[in-house]
Amino acid sequence: MIEYRLDRRSGVPTYQQIVQQTEQALRLGVLRPGDKLPTAREVVELTAVNPNTVLKAYRELERAGLVAPRPGLGTFVLRSLARPEAAEDGPLRAELTAWVDRARGAGLDREDVAALVASVLDQRFATGLRPGPAPDATG
Amino acid sequence: MEKLTDDQFAVQAVGLGKRFGGATGPWALRHCDFAVPTGRICGVMGPNGAGKSTLFALAAMLCAPSEGELRLFGSPLTPDGRGDGDGLRARIGFAAQDKPLYRSFTVADTLRMGRELNPSWNQALAERVLRLAELKQDAKVGSLSGGQRSRLALALAIGKQPELLLLDEPLADLDPLVRHDLLGVLLSDAADRGTTVLISSHTLTELEEVVDHVLLLHSGRVRLAGGVDELLDAHRLVSGPADLERPPGEAVEWRVTGRRATGLLHHPDPAPPPAPWTQERPRLDELLLAHLRGAAAGHAQNADTGAPTTDRPSPVTSEAAS
Repeated sequence: MIEYRLDRRSGVPTYQQIVQQTEQALRLGVLRPGDKLPTAREVVELTAVNPNTVLKAYRELERAGLVAPRPGLGTFVLRSLARPEAAEDGPLRAELTAWVDRARGAGLDREDVAALVASVLDQRFATGLRPGPAPDATG
Repeated sequence: MEKLTDDQFAVQAVGLGKRFGGATGPWALRHCDFAVPTGRICGVMGPNGAGKSTLFALAAMLCAPSEGELRLFGSPLTPDGRGDGDGLRARIGFAAQDKPLYRSFTVADTLRMGRELNPSWNQALAERVLRLAELKQDAKVGSLSGGQRSRLALALAIGKQPELLLLDEPLADLDPLVRHDLLGVLLSDAADRGTTVLISSHTLTELEEVVDHVLLLHSGRVRLAGGVDELLDAHRLVSGPADLERPPGEAVEWRVTGRRATGLLHHPDPAPPPAPWTQERPRLDELLLAHLRGAAAGHAQNADTGAPTTDRPSPVTSEAAS
């Protein structure tokens, strides 16, 4: 069961924090299809936020097709956001690990690596950019 | 006005006024119009002396309005204090700011009083409110600390399981951990039973995540009333160069500092103003503070508060379409 940690100082609206933390749990496999989300009452009792805030977050997750309420039972996860390509033993992760090791070997510290990755992410995921054809697509 | 008698409102005020000290006494509340739909958690905000406690005393039927009308669940409480008093009292729970309790009772006596006087009493719920304070059942009320007395008074009001819960500064003398736990118990129970809660605080940030409706009072007048989301949607914090013309919208507050102008606009254009103007949705505390500063500025220009209509500030209201 997921437990939400809400940060009042973050500037991110509380219902969005609930949505984001649920999505994150779905990506990491902490929540899987069939799992039950805590009831609004349980979230409210732990976090002392308005019940409507929790319901608003759950409605948004429902609209995104990630969860569905079952009357009288609770709200359940419909599908996962975990990608097999990003799994623990996947080739993408292995390549990234090797790259991070090379960066460390070249003398970059954690912040340097994070800044470099963020910069490349911004560049490659900029709106309108599509990944080009893989170089070995014809071979 | 006729359609306001609808039972979907837990609390409605129509031209509500209250003065103390006879026909020449000062007005503690005047010209108040607002409506709180049932099931809302409504924050009653405002500086000290704004009229919050007077409003609670009226809603708890401890005193009668001097003019206008206050309705609870559609039933009017008339100036003669009659109304449907007895039937309504059973549906209301009230924890007053000064937490009145019998000093010679023990904690257990006080809970027994709650149990015997209220058919809808929920002992487990009252004990949950108390256990958070770790109160000894045989302790005399007179020997309790201020915070512990608060807990006991809140346990009485919440344990009654009323449809309308009136809490006047319930958090003022509680430590942060107990505040958080108490709000958790209060909100989860309200979510279960659809309780309407009126909760006051002069600390604006304290209830930011708790309330979904606000009633902002200043100098006995309603400055702002409505659903939190609707009110925030209707306002924008705007900032830009001071020498440009102000973007359209009603300025709740407008300040020029050096070359920058910043302010809060009510009903701005749906489209964002062109660069170099920037705008963002305000937080609740920013919205309330701007309205309070705006009210204080208008108040200072117009110190004669006794005048009935001429100095009446224009309140901002947004009734939730429910």
